[in-house]
Order: sequence, then C-alpha cells, then structure tokens
Amino acid sequence: MRALKNLSRDKLASLSLFIIAAIVILGLFAPVFAPHDPNHVDMKLRYAGSSWAYWFGNDHLGRCILSRLIYGIRPSILWVLAALLASVGVGAAVGFLAGYFRGKTDAILMRICDIMLSFPGYVMTLAVVGILGAGLENILIAFVAMKWAWFARVIRTSVQQYAEMDYVKFSKAAGISNRRIILKHIVPVTFSDIAVIASGSMCSMILQISGLSFLGLGIKAPHAEWGMMLNEAREVMFSHPELMLAPGLAIVIAVSAFNFLADGLQVALDPKRMNSGKQPRVTEVEKPNVEYA
Amino acid sequence: MLNMLEVNHLRVWDANEGKEIIRDSSFRLKPQTCLAIVGESGSGKSLTCRSIIRLHKPWIRQSGEILFKGENLNQLSVKEMRRRRGKQIGMIMQNGMGAFDPSSVVGVHFQETLKGHFGWSKSQVETAMKKAMESVMLNHPIETMNKYPYQLSGGMLQRLMIALTLVLSPDIVIADEPTTALDTISQYEVVEQFIQLRERMGGSMIFVSHDLGVVKKIADEVLVMRNGVIVESGSVEEVLSAPRHPYTQYLVSTRLELSSHFNEIMRGE
Amino acid sequence: MGSYIAKRLLLSVPILLMISFLTFLLINLSPMDPAEVVLRAQEVPEITEELIAKTREELGLNQPFLKQYADWVMACLQLDFGESYVTGQSVWSLISPAFLNTLKLTLVSSIIIIVMSVILGVVCALNEGNMLDRSVRGVSFFLTAMPSYWLASIMIWYFSVRLDLLPTSGMDSYRSYILPVTVISVSYVGIYFRNVRSSMLGQLHEDYVVYGRACGLPERKITKHILRNSLQVAVSIFCMAIPIILGSTVVIENVFAWPGLGRLSVKSILSRDFPVIQAYVLILAVAFVLFNTLSDMINAAFNPKLRKEI
Repeated sequence: MRALKNLSRDKLASLSLFIIAAIVILGLFAPVFAPHDPNHVDMKLRYAGSSWAYWFGNDHLGRCILSRLIYGIRPSILWVLAALLASVGVGAAVGFLAGYFRGKTDAILMRICDIMLSFPGYVMTLAVVGILGAGLENILIAFVAMKWAWFARVIRTSVQQYAEMDYVKFSKAAGISNRRIILKHIVPVTFSDIAVIASGSMCSMILQISGLSFLGLGIKAPHAEWGMMLNEAREVMFSHPELMLAPGLAIVIAVSAFNFLADGLQVALDPKRMNSGKQPRVTEVEKPNVEYA
Repeated sequence: MLNMLEVNHLRVWDANEGKEIIRDSSFRLKPQTCLAIVGESGSGKSLTCRSIIRLHKPWIRQSGEILFKGENLNQLSVKEMRRRRGKQIGMIMQNGMGAFDPSSVVGVHFQETLKGHFGWSKSQVETAMKKAMESVMLNHPIETMNKYPYQLSGGMLQRLMIALTLVLSPDIVIADEPTTALDTISQYEVVEQFIQLRERMGGSMIFVSHDLGVVKKIADEVLVMRNGVIVESGSVEEVLSAPRHPYTQYLVSTRLELSSHFNEIMRGE
Repeated sequence: MGSYIAKRLLLSVPILLMISFLTFLLINLSPMDPAEVVLRAQEVPEITEELIAKTREELGLNQPFLKQYADWVMACLQLDFGESYVTGQSVWSLISPAFLNTLKLTLVSSIIIIVMSVILGVVCALNEGNMLDRSVRGVSFFLTAMPSYWLASIMIWYFSVRLDLLPTSGMDSYRSYILPVTVISVSYVGIYFRNVRSSMLGQLHEDYVVYGRACGLPERKITKHILRNSLQVAVSIFCMAIPIILGSTVVIENVFAWPGLGRLSVKSILSRDFPVIQAYVLILAVAFVLFNTLSDMINAAFNPKLRKEI
C-alpha cells in the first residue's frame, strides 16, 4: 500500500511501528517469550536485583519482573487495543450513517452523541466502574461506552466531507446501492483519518486505563498489569524505589511509540502530502500547463 | 521627477526550495499614470507588488533596486519602511474578507491606521472616513464602520479599502487583483471607483489583473508577465492592439475570440 | 449577546435533567443490592432475607422508580444527597469539604496551566522551527507520555525522601501544593501549549496581518490583533480544561493522599457506597455542563459569527 511506503520513509514512525508490533507479538505469545511464570512467588528472591536468570530482577514477592511485564502486555496494551477497536467500530458505524445519510438520521444520531459527550468522560467511567464493580472488563466496557460518541462525531465530519464529493453524487445518480457506495468509496478514504484518530486516542486510553488499575479499580491481583505493578511498587517506594522503573518505562515507551505512529500516519496519509516528502510551501509559481500556440 | 518608481533587476526567490521565482525584473512607473501588470496565475504579478512594499512570507527573499522618490526601498531599515507603508505607498488587497481582522469591527482598523499616521482623534477619523465612504457610494457609513467583516460583501469591503486609501492619499497605490474575487456587477462598480480614485488623487497606480478588459479601461501602460519574467511592456493601445511577443498575442487573441464571438451573437450573425 | 446567554442557559436545563436521570438510572442497574451493602458496612453478623427486605423498606427502595427519582431530584436541589451507606453520615457533609479541597487544587493548577501554556505557546510560535521550539516540544512530548502517577511517585521519592524538601502527602501547608500542582500542570501544559502554538502559527500568515502592515500599522497593534485571534481558540480550550482537570485529579489525589473528591470517589467505589457515588457524579456532571456553556459563551463573545447559531 502506498501508505506503508510513505510511512517507511519516516524513520521515527517506522521505528514506532516496529516497537508496537514487537510489543503485540510479545503479548500474544507471552507464554513462549516469558522466561518464568509471572505469578510464581518465591520469598527467597524478594527485591533481588537483575541477574542472569531474572533479567529485570524480582519484585516484593519474588516474582520475575520481566515475565510480569510481558504478561502485563495483555491487559495493558492488547485489551486496550481491543476496546479501542470496539469503540472505533461503533463510532464509525454511527458516523458513517450520520455523515452519509444526513438529514433526520444525522440529527437524531448527533443528538445522542451530544448527550453522551456532555458527560465528563473520566467521571462517568468511574461511575460505571462504581456500579458494576472493579475489574478489567468493567473498565473496558466503561471506556467503550464513553468513547464511541467522540469517534462518531469526528468520523461523521470526515465522512461528510467525502460524501459531498462529485464522484459520490455520480455513483448515486448511476443507481449504485448506498451500501456499496459506502463500502467501496467512502470507507477507503476515511480510513486514513480514522487511523490517525485511533492511534492518537490509544495513547490517552493506555494512560487512563493503567491509571484506573493503579487506583486498584482494574484487574485483580495477582494478575500482572503495568498500572497495578506501579501500584505495588509505590507501596515499597521508600525502601525500594527501583521497582517503579520497569513498568513506568514500559508505559512511556508504548505511549510514545503510539504517539509517533499517530504523527507519522497523519503525515503519510495526508493526500495533499502524498507526493512530496517535504512539507509543501506556498509559492506563487506553478509549472506552466498551457503551452501557447 | 522623472519616474515615480523605478524597479531595477528585481530578483525574488524561495529560500526554502531554492527556486527563483522572479528572475530579473525591471520597469518604470511614471507619475500620474496607471501601470497594469497582467499575466496568468503564478506569473509573479502579486509577488512583484509585495516586493515593492517588502511584505513577503518569511521564506521569500528579494534583491535588486527599488527606487522610490530617489531612495532605494530595498535598503531601508524595517522601521523606515514601515513609515512609508500606508501613507506614501498604499495597497489594496485581493481578498476583502481576509484583509480585515475578523474579530474586530472594520472601524477599528481605520481608527488605528489613521491615528497612527496623522494622530487624529476618534471623531476626526470618523468625519474623514464618512466623507470618503460616501464618495465611494457606501451608504450609512457610520453603521458600516461598526460592522464585522463577515457582515459585509466583497464589493463593500473593496470599497472600504479604496475609501481608506482616499483618506491616506499615498503617492502610489498598488492594487493587487482587487476585482478578481468579485462577481461581474461588483467588478464593474469597483472598477468605476478605481477610475475615480485615480482622478481624485492624481497619484500613480499599479493595477494587477488577469482580466484584459478591466486593464483596457483603467490603465495607461501595461506589463505582461509570464513565469516571473516581463515579456512585454508598453502603452495599453500598443500592447493590446499590436502585441509583439507570442505570449501576449496568445493572451490577446484568446480574449478577442471571446468578445468577437459575443459581438457576433449580439449582432445576430 | 444577552439573548444568546439566555438561550444557552435554558438549553443546559434539559441536559442537566437528563444527566441526573441517567445517573440515577445507572445506580439502580448495579448488580449489588444496596440494602446488602448497607448491612455489610454495618457489620451485621447474619444477613437474612428478612433483614434485607426490612432495610430495603427503610431505604425506600421498594417505591416506584420514578417516584424515587423525583424524590431524589427534589432532595438534591436542596443539597440533601442522602446518607452514606457506609458511614451513615450525610453525604453532603462528606462531599462538601472534599469538594472544596479538590477545587483549591484544581484552581491553582488551572492558573498555572493557563499561564504556562500561553507563554510557552506564544514563545514557541514566534520561534518556529529553531532550537528553542524544538527542544520545548521534545521535552513536553516525553513528559506527556509519562503516566502522571509515575511522575508523581518519582517526584515524591526525589523531593520528599531524598531531599526532604517537601511533604510527601496530605494538605497541610502551602508547601503541600507544590508537588501535586507541578505534576498536574506538567501533563496538561504539554498538551495545551501546543494548541496555543498552532493557533498562533495559523494567524501569523493571515491576510489581515499583511494588510495591517501594508497600511502602516505599528507592530504592537498587529501583535494585539494576532493575539486576539489566536487566544480565542485557547480560551475555549481552557474553559473546558477546568472540569477535565477537576475530574482527573482522581489519580493525583490518591498518590498524594490529598483529602479531596477524587480520593473520596475511589473509596466509595471500592466500598460500593452508592449515594456518595451518585452525588459525586452529579456534581461533576453539573460542573462540566456549566463550564461547557461558559466556554461557548466566551467563544461567542470573541467570535461574533457564532452568536447566530445555537
């Protein structure tokens, strides 16, 4: 795809993509990659520093930190990614319907979105968690419920732009079914906008969800999760501050990678910049396209 | 004074892309004449105007001699250049809607400009602008001055700029495609206003346009530009009736085709 | 302008009603029976069916849903949010001091965030592309990628434990403000200054700047016009920022043991104290809607075009 080629030119974005892919693979195949059982408690190894057997050392219960990090990818990154995709999916469906059909459909759907958006996100997430109880699934449900409206709004704006283009009008006039038009013509172009928005949101979602876990509202012990690992590390912060290093850095690296990826995608997928690598500057001179006879 | 403005070997280039836009431009503006600059989009017409008042985008650079009343404008300090802008060299922009600050009423711009140049009080500014606005056929001047740019039409905004120019009375007025963004009727009205502006102020004017019809009406001399180079210059009659350069011939003939076809239809042939 | 304000305020009433209704509805969807929560909190040794039924009666949970809702709304308007299931205290007496503390933290942080964002944004816009601009953006990038609680913990460890300069927690003196405010500010300044910067960059090359200069306006005036247009965007962002900061102090309060709403909310979530959760959500939602309206009004004041639309 042209997009990937453009992206590969941006070294930072390529590196980020590589890191993210590595993280995802590590997470998916955690049992293969993790050197030890993440929940195996060994009190003799409490607070042990890094060693050949345990590369990142051991935590306050003697568990292998590296293994816990790797297994922690699943709730901290993979499940968040799933929630993001669900959220974007719902939002996109609503956004496409609203932006394409406009009129009454648009008005009703956007009213619903406005109502959803007038709730403060974080607060409502807490409310949902408060009602359903703590736990990773509940947090993710809360997030999907809150975020879809935002995606719907943004995607709808994007769809509106493209739906007004002439080629769509021609398709409609030619009698092609609405479903085909949406799938064949509109989805591919809005895909780039959606990709940029989604990767950007991923950053805040990772931070917020790990934040909730940090507060103890997320996954239950003894499962590994980066936010919760930081919580546990904080309890022994005064005596063993080094335990905070690994999970914190993991989060920073993951969030930064998604951030760079989002920036890179935006530049690579922007149709205006597709043909030039540099940012175009405005000059008055354009190549002559009419030769006088 | 021989020439109001003398431009010698003007060179304009894009420092970011290292591309030269205007190669080696030289022309004269005689006192009390109107010089038109014509050409297609991208020929460098607007950049030439911007070079005279030295207001480019930050990555555009210029070199050469621009003699105005004996002084080389290119060598003046920024501060001194600012003093000449508005009062001695005035400019009228193409897009009236964008020319005024969208967050203030247009009256504010007049107040600030005239206070800055002449030190007038609020009421003095109002009186002067009222008179000028009435002479450019803007009714309800006080009301208009209290409106925001988005509430006024393109034609009205152009006339506001002309009114301000009347009050400032600069020696040179540079009009950068003032009628391009207007509909035909407004175009006609605004061109009439420009002709009157010339008569009333008696100074020189540089009028940029790509419309040969307007040029024929208002200008005395004309420069034809293409890709940053002046390909032909001379009086309007010479250039438009007997063009020498192939490009000018092409421009004129295309225009002629349109109007001759129109005349044929009107005559019923 | 007056009619616009009136219209906007009127519009917020149905939204507030809807929020209160949804909040009430949500609570009642909980899988846990509130009666059971109360009984557990009171450490009743044996919870029988009768006891639960009796408690439900006492709490008024058997009445028709809409009546419960109407009663609740009426009570809320009188600032009576019921009693905590866990401690039995009136919810208002629990929430109001906490709210005040959170408000203090939020206001101090907001002021610093606004000031720093504008300064950094303007400076970076005027220095576009050079070392200063790029280094500020680089540093802010990493600071915003950090989870705030991580940054907070590191700062506590360094400033309180190693250097013993600042208190580790609590809200005792003005010095307790320094660390939490810094952590909150760092996260948000990093985001908002970029908005100010790009808004200003967009204005620097606008036509009205060229025309103003062409007419010979002094630079001061031109800068004034540029700022007016750039800050318009910034102001509306900041207005919305305040309730967002208000809501997200949750994590910081817990790290610094700040006796505010955030800490209270987490406690009540973990103990399923529904009346407190309800009141918390309602209060913050109301603040959110109010600030939203305020932000729209400020926007309209700056940009007269918007006054026509609602």
